[in-house]
Amino acid sequence: MTPDPPLLGSADGFAIARAVRQGSVSAQAVVAACLERIRQRDPQLNAFTAVLEASALQAAERLDRQVAKGIPVGPLAGVPFAVKNLFDVAGLTTLAGSAINRENSPATQDATVVARLKQAGAILVGTLNMDEYAYGFVTENSHYGPTRNPHDLSRSAGGSSGGSAAAVAGGLVPLSLGSDTNGSIRVPAALCGIYGLKPTYGRLSRAGVALLAPSFDHVGPLARSVADLALSFDAMQGPDPQDPVCARRPANPTFGQLGQGIQGLRIAVADDYFLRGAEPHILAGVEKVAQALGAQQTVRIPETERARAAAFLITAAEGANLHLHHLRTRPHDFDPATRDRFLAGALLPASWILQAQRFRRWYRQQLQALFQEIDLFIAPTTPCSAPLLGQEKMVIAGVEVLTRPNLGLYTQPLSFVGLPVLSVPLRESGSLPFGVQLVAAPYQEANLLRAAAHLEALGIPDAWPA
Amino acid sequence: MQPWDPATYVDQMAQLLQLPLHPDHRAGVIENFARFLPLAQQVLEFPLPPTVEPDPTFNPQP
Repeated sequence: MTPDPPLLGSADGFAIARAVRQGSVSAQAVVAACLERIRQRDPQLNAFTAVLEASALQAAERLDRQVAKGIPVGPLAGVPFAVKNLFDVAGLTTLAGSAINRENSPATQDATVVARLKQAGAILVGTLNMDEYAYGFVTENSHYGPTRNPHDLSRSAGGSSGGSAAAVAGGLVPLSLGSDTNGSIRVPAALCGIYGLKPTYGRLSRAGVALLAPSFDHVGPLARSVADLALSFDAMQGPDPQDPVCARRPANPTFGQLGQGIQGLRIAVADDYFLRGAEPHILAGVEKVAQALGAQQTVRIPETERARAAAFLITAAEGANLHLHHLRTRPHDFDPATRDRFLAGALLPASWILQAQRFRRWYRQQLQALFQEIDLFIAPTTPCSAPLLGQEKMVIAGVEVLTRPNLGLYTQPLSFVGLPVLSVPLRESGSLPFGVQLVAAPYQEANLLRAAAHLEALGIPDAWPA
Repeated sequence: MQPWDPATYVDQMAQLLQLPLHPDHRAGVIENFARFLPLAQQVLEFPLPPTVEPDPTFNPQP
C-alpha cells in the first residue's frame, strides 16, 4: 500500500492506528514517512536529539508481520512517538538536557511508560530536546541548542518539554511524552498549539525518568487530538512498584468515555489570580472555552500567588539537592541558564522548605473543598503567546518581568498540589497559538478528556500542525 | 540590627555546605538567592497552625 506522507504529517495517532490495523497502510510506510518528515523539518526546529531510524523500522516490520498474520495489535499500532530525553530508552544514554549526563552509561531498559506505549503498538522514533534537567520554560539549551517554535522559528517552543511540543506541532510525530514539574508539559503545549495532559501526581509511573523536583514531577502525553491523549494515557496507566509515588489504584480507561460530553459536569472559571496579567487574546480564549462549556460561575482559589512562591522554593531546593555532587565538583559543565539557580537553591534554609511544604497541605485543603462544589475549572495556560528566543523580559499587567519564570504563572500553582490539568490549544486566524487549562479533582482525568473532546467536537481548539 | 546581606549569607552557607563558588558564578548565585527572598517572605508570613503537617511526599488524595 502506498503511504500518503502529507496525510501522515497531519493525521492523529488514532487514525494512523486504525489504518494500520485495517491494513490500509503499513506501519513501515508510516514510520518511513515520519522519518522523512523528521529529516526535512528537524534541521529548522531542533526538536530531536536522537533519531532511532533502524530500531523504529524494525519495530514497524514486526508489527506489519503481526497484522498480516491476523495477530491482534494494540490501540496505538504503528503510531510513531518520541520522548523528552529524560526518559530512559534502552541502549541510549539519558541526557536530561545536560552535558554531564553524556558520560553516563546507556540505559539498560526503557522507562515504564515508554515500555507501555510500545506494548500498545506505538513505535519510538527518537528522543527530544529540553531545558537542562528540566529546569526552565524555554528550551534554550546551551549544550544542544534552542528548539524553535514551528509556528514562528524566531520564537521559543516553550519548555522544558520544548522538543516534545515542537515535534508534535511541526507534524514530525503525532504523539510525544514530556514531564511537568511546574508547567513543563502545559507551557510548551500551549505555545506550540497542541494538547498537553499533566495527569494527577503519581498517576503515571516516573520509573526510568530523570527527576527535577521529585515531589512535583509528573509525566504525560502531548498530541494533536484528544483521542490520542486518551489512548496514550490509558496505555500508560496502572501501578508500578518501581516508582515509589506511583498510585496503587487500578487504571481507569478514559477513551471509551470521550463521547459522554459534559453532561453532569459542574464547570467554573477561576477568577482573581488566574484572570490577572494575561494578554487580552488569552482572556478572550478563556471566555470562549467557558462559553462553549457552559461555565457560568466563577471560583476564587485563595492564596495562589503564595502557592506559586512555595512551589519555586521547593523546586529549587529539591533540584539542587539532586545535583549537589556535580554542583560541587563541576559547576562549569552546567548550562549557565540553570547553574546559578541550582547553586542558590542549595543554600535555602530548611525552615523555608518545611514551611512551604506545610503551606502546600493547607492549599490542597482549599482545593479539596472547592472540588466539593465543582468538577472542573478553567484558567489560562500562559499569560502570553510564544516569546522570542532570547527574550529576557515581558510585560504582565503593566509590569515588566522576567520572561522565563513567568511563563509558569498559571501552571505552577496547580502542579504544586498535583491536580490533573489538560491544556487545550487555541488560535485566532493568522496569530500565534496559546492554551487554556482545564483543571479537575485528583484522579478525574476522564472529566478533563470528556470536556476537551466536547470542545474538539465543537471545533473550538486548533491543533493543526504548523 | 544591621541590614541583612545576602552576599555574606551565600558565602558562609556555601562554605558550610562545602560548595565552592567560582568567582564567575558568585554574582549570579547571589542574584538568584536574592530572588528567592521575597518568595520566602510570602510563605513565612502566612500563619499556619502547628496541626498542619509538611507534605514532602505528596499524595493528592489521602
